[in-house]
Amino acid sequence: MAAVTEAPPLAPTPEKKPPRKRGRWTPYWLLLPGILWLLVFFALPMVYQASTSVQTGSLEEGYKVTWHFATYWDALSEYWPQFLRSVLYAGAATILCLALGYPLAYLIAFRAGRWRNLIMILVIAPFFTSFLIRTLAWKTILADSGPVVSTLNSLHVLDVTSWLGMTSGDRVLATPLAVICGLTYNFLPFMILPLYSSLERIDGRLHEAAGDLYAKPITTFRKVTFPLSMPGVVSGTLLTFIPAAGDYVNAELLGSTDTRMIGNVIQTQFLRILDYPTAAALSFILMAGILFMVTFYIRRSGTEDLV
Amino acid sequence: MPFVTWFKRHLVVIAGLLTLGYLLLPNIVVTVFSFNNPKGRFNYAWQQFSLDAWKDPCGVADLCGSLSVSLQIAFWATLGATVLGTMIAFALVRYRFRARGAVNSLIFLPMAMPEVVMAASLLTLFLNMGAQLGFWTVLIAHIMFCLSFVVTAVKARVMSMDPHLEQAAQDLYAGPVQTFLRITLPIAAPGIAAGALLSFALSFDDFIITNFNAGSTVTFPMFVWGSAQRGTPVQINVIGTAMFLIAVLFVLASMVIGNRRTKQKA
Repeated sequence: MAAVTEAPPLAPTPEKKPPRKRGRWTPYWLLLPGILWLLVFFALPMVYQASTSVQTGSLEEGYKVTWHFATYWDALSEYWPQFLRSVLYAGAATILCLALGYPLAYLIAFRAGRWRNLIMILVIAPFFTSFLIRTLAWKTILADSGPVVSTLNSLHVLDVTSWLGMTSGDRVLATPLAVICGLTYNFLPFMILPLYSSLERIDGRLHEAAGDLYAKPITTFRKVTFPLSMPGVVSGTLLTFIPAAGDYVNAELLGSTDTRMIGNVIQTQFLRILDYPTAAALSFILMAGILFMVTFYIRRSGTEDLV
Repeated sequence: MPFVTWFKRHLVVIAGLLTLGYLLLPNIVVTVFSFNNPKGRFNYAWQQFSLDAWKDPCGVADLCGSLSVSLQIAFWATLGATVLGTMIAFALVRYRFRARGAVNSLIFLPMAMPEVVMAASLLTLFLNMGAQLGFWTVLIAHIMFCLSFVVTAVKARVMSMDPHLEQAAQDLYAGPVQTFLRITLPIAAPGIAAGALLSFALSFDDFIITNFNAGSTVTFPMFVWGSAQRGTPVQINVIGTAMFLIAVLFVLASMVIGNRRTKQKA
């Protein structure tokens, strides 16, 4: 979220701060309560979860740590389709978010003029309406007899998407397309805000300079604007992909049993089947997978200083 | 040809406005369907205009109860996260100390973790401790995940602050407490306010972490979730619409006040 909340610096940030003579212990006292909170309620739970994932036993007789790593193997071999689906859906939603979010962020940063604040409010305000209510609204929008589906149908779009396996027959609800649409919608602001904050920092004169040097608008975008907005692209894609991969709300409300993602499995294992070791192993695999992909992605995109 | 040229020139604006439409479409649907009089349990198809739900927003059992639970949790979570987060932010920006890197990653990790992983691990902790799930466990969880967002918001503001202002205050014989209250805090206030606002929104809207750790306590998002299976009352749309309007008005008001201040100064 770093890029989202980061405001443009008001004054040039001085590099070194004079070390204070008084209060050598002050920073530690300031940190203590908050860091303790995170250690006890964020870090310690991870340790507990790690230990749960290698336990065996049952709810009635209690669990014991038996270093039973086979749980990981069983979980992976049984639920790999859901893992794969999570990556594919979240990946598709991230790409769609980038494609949809970039023009809007660009519009707010360079073209909106005095409408800038209003558009900004309209991007942020939906945050304050419960996202569950808004996700349920997609059920109305994508309803079988609704205008969206009948338009797509008459344009023969659904024939193509059905052929691609994204929809089935005349329906959009309860198909992968509906889930991806919901994910894209829900995480779009997380893409727009970092994109905007990195676009907004670009000096408009660079565009003029590129134009003066006979660059076409598209060349200016490709050679100047887009490279300079890379920090926003990277943090935006991360902020979209990570929560989307773990989400189970969209798959539950807009999908069917064929579109279950790994979040749905973890939720069911934990809250309904009460198979804690499997659930813990699954969420550890999800976490490790995401950390691995994120590290790889950040290395490749060469913005390690971002995080 | 003029249309094609016009279209090309304004392509970005058109695409951007279409995205804005995509973002706002569900809000429009929620608003329209708050005036619906549905047949049957589900409010997914338009039937007939009616003001019934607006006249009686608490007419559904447990809805306003869950709303008040959510508001209470959001209030205390915001307070807790803002105080703890502001302290951390000041320590990180103003002091050099050992373990800064470790602290920074501990702040960053909760934001980079899928919610379901945090939710599940917190539940294993509470189960192992034998804690009674409910209001307190939800509050603890909410303070935990709001904390990082407050730290980032306040940090950004404090980092961009000119330290000479404080030195000037001290040159004018202000004590440390006076300097902090009269100079530092007012300058950091917008960052703290942004962090608090974000915490409130995140806490009020959180479903995944709450769902794992709430036990039998029902927050507003959990009520909505439950109603998605049982049948959604129109009142949910009323609350959703009201929340959207309040948010817009709130932001507009704060902008008007901000504008006035800058004009007064000029």
